[in-house]
Amino acid sequence: MAETHGHEAHGHDAHGHHEEGWFVKYFWSTDHKMIAKQYLLTGMLLGAVGAYFAYVFRMQLAFPNKPVPGYGLVTGADYNALVTNHGAIMIFWVAMPVLIAAFGNFLIPLMVGCDDMVFPRLNRLSYQIFLVSALVLAASFFVQGGAFGGAWTSYPPLSAKAEYSLTDLGPTLWLAAVALEFVAFLLGGINFVTTAMNSRAPGMKAFDIPMAVWMIVIASILFMCSVGPLVAGAVMLMFDQQVGTGFFDPDRGGDPVLWQHLFWFFGHPEVYVVLLPALGFVAEIITTFSRKRLFAYRTVLYTTIGTGVLSFFVWAHHQFIAGIDPRMANVFSVTTVLISIPIAEMTFVYIATLFGGSISFRVPMLWALAFIAEFLMGGVTGIFLGASGADIYFHDTYFVVAHFHYTFFPIAIIGTFAGLTYWFPKMFGRHMNETVNKVHFWITITCFNGIFLPLFVLGAAGDHRRIFDYGNFPELSQPWMQDLRVFATVSLLIMLAVQPLFLANFFYSMFKGRKAEANPWKANTLEWQCPSPPPHGNFSPLPEVYRGPYEYSAEGRADDFWPQNSPT
Amino acid sequence: MLEHYMQQGSSFASQIDGLVWMIFLMTTFWFLLVEGILFWLLWRFRARPGHKAVYLDDHAEHAFEVKWIEIPHRVILLCDVAVIIGAITVWSEVKLSAPAPDEVVRVVAQQWAWTFTHAGRDGKLDTADDIVTIDELHVQVGKTYSYELGAKDVLHSFSIPVFRLKQDAIPGRVITGWFKPTIVGEFDVQCAEICGIGHGIMPARLYVETPEAHAAWIANPTHYLAYKF
Repeated sequence: MAETHGHEAHGHDAHGHHEEGWFVKYFWSTDHKMIAKQYLLTGMLLGAVGAYFAYVFRMQLAFPNKPVPGYGLVTGADYNALVTNHGAIMIFWVAMPVLIAAFGNFLIPLMVGCDDMVFPRLNRLSYQIFLVSALVLAASFFVQGGAFGGAWTSYPPLSAKAEYSLTDLGPTLWLAAVALEFVAFLLGGINFVTTAMNSRAPGMKAFDIPMAVWMIVIASILFMCSVGPLVAGAVMLMFDQQVGTGFFDPDRGGDPVLWQHLFWFFGHPEVYVVLLPALGFVAEIITTFSRKRLFAYRTVLYTTIGTGVLSFFVWAHHQFIAGIDPRMANVFSVTTVLISIPIAEMTFVYIATLFGGSISFRVPMLWALAFIAEFLMGGVTGIFLGASGADIYFHDTYFVVAHFHYTFFPIAIIGTFAGLTYWFPKMFGRHMNETVNKVHFWITITCFNGIFLPLFVLGAAGDHRRIFDYGNFPELSQPWMQDLRVFATVSLLIMLAVQPLFLANFFYSMFKGRKAEANPWKANTLEWQCPSPPPHGNFSPLPEVYRGPYEYSAEGRADDFWPQNSPT
Repeated sequence: MLEHYMQQGSSFASQIDGLVWMIFLMTTFWFLLVEGILFWLLWRFRARPGHKAVYLDDHAEHAFEVKWIEIPHRVILLCDVAVIIGAITVWSEVKLSAPAPDEVVRVVAQQWAWTFTHAGRDGKLDTADDIVTIDELHVQVGKTYSYELGAKDVLHSFSIPVFRLKQDAIPGRVITGWFKPTIVGEFDVQCAEICGIGHGIMPARLYVETPEAHAAWIANPTHYLAYKF
């Protein structure tokens, strides 16, 4: 059934008999590459919104209670709404749509060597629901009382009652948007898993699948297994808000902490849901640019699955001091600290891949290496928070903020730039300007560290989160601390100032860049063995696979690469 | 390390700081080692004309994997065990043990103020001489206090950084814990869990006093309602 669906949906077009209208082509397409671009551009647009929010609240922190250029005076309510939606947008509307949906859609059919997703119309529906979710989120800013400001974790009772949050519809619209977004990704995930399982080119065995595909598939499965409880929780919370039930209301027999369990049971695996695709891109890129096979392919795969399974048993480390039975902290501290083992193993394997290689520092490689170097910082600082005794002090301080930005920034921003610069020639059939991208890379990476290194120090000094003005806390308003806040904000301003450089390069190169050949990086995986950009239907004829994805620098060959579909 | 930024004001502060210091040493070691190897490999195996990427043969690759993956792996497991033992030890002292208190203090959080009920002259709560203050907590140095923490409306978090004390407050529950101040001074009490638009204006002050000063305060307490904003 799946097969017929796929062919019906675009069969006529694959043979090029008639041109589609622009509406059908750009807005009603079932082509996985167009849906990928829709997700990509929507994600980038929302990324700009999330960055703007960061700009506004960092300005308020550095220069408290002065009007922020381009926004105005930031009140406590504004500040809460800004940080809440910055977090929610960056995770749910930037990291997920770009890393999983955009790259998953673009890469999976191309990398496994088929013509489209198994369920193309489901795929189209997935994007449309995602778009609606973004619009609902936008609407939440224009209701009475303003947008929801109860943090992206949305803990009740604050999020459950308008008398506490002081906005009636804001939290409900916010929750509806999040729930819709989950529906979109469930549909997308079904497609990714099914396509990777059923539509692989003949000859592609499980261990011939490129790591990027494996990672997106495992991430989709993690997402599907973890999201159920949160969707149920979101419905209960919406009922508490609008119908007057008391699931999370202690006055009526409910329990606010129940929400935290439901949220973090999803929330922690979610970190790996976005981490894995980025790790997959890095695997593709470091092998290509060091001309080496991925060291210990199966180890990477098994540790990924191990990390995924373990990630379901660590959620309460977010709740050590939340009022759960304190004995539970001991158990969750053990599982949390143990996650360092598979993650460390993966880091070692990636680094070992470089050994003996011939490493060229092209722009995608710079981003991929930066991912490893920076993510390591996020990893080691997590130990402080996973150790229950130390978390008593660090919980809800800027140390936590710095820690998860050292994981999420490499994932969502560095990973995206790595993927974009690597696959841009395939997506658009043209090259970006490499010099501009190098300048952009170095400034962005330097400023990233400039923003978040000071926050570790501020966290150690006791700065707690989500405070719009530290002037009210004598211990936190010492001049040296304010200097660090200003330093972080200035770093952010510089970083934001160079992003138009990338965007200009991106859009200019899309139309005017140097034409790209089919396989500009001399890579092995199947997406590089079809034209750039791939036509509707991708391959003609469909490829057959003879070997694994990373056979670089094989002995006795003149070329240092060996495409998966090359018979000899 | 933390004491450089924040004084150690309670009996368990130095234990938490010790744990942090241990984790800092271990993670710094691994961080520098791995970054060092990464950058060395990047330099050593940079692309040069005439050089092709090379693989170790199967035997050497296996030895390489043992040396570079399995051995570090075991050392990390050892580090993890040390961290876990440290974490559980400190956690048990701070959150699981409950030393007999000299006095009980009641803490109630609400949007956006703290109410502290002190035992007063007779050393017992819920008697006529209780001293109720808003945003002001008075304790005597060297005494062991137990607290009864509650919340009226939403979640809050009772955080005294100088004590290394933090505990969320949940409406409908009373959560107990303890602390023993060791230094005299005036410190911040913070709400560390977002609690609405006034979360940033919910500070309180902690006064750790000598026995004499504390007795003087009990004799002549500041029953005052601060109007904030």
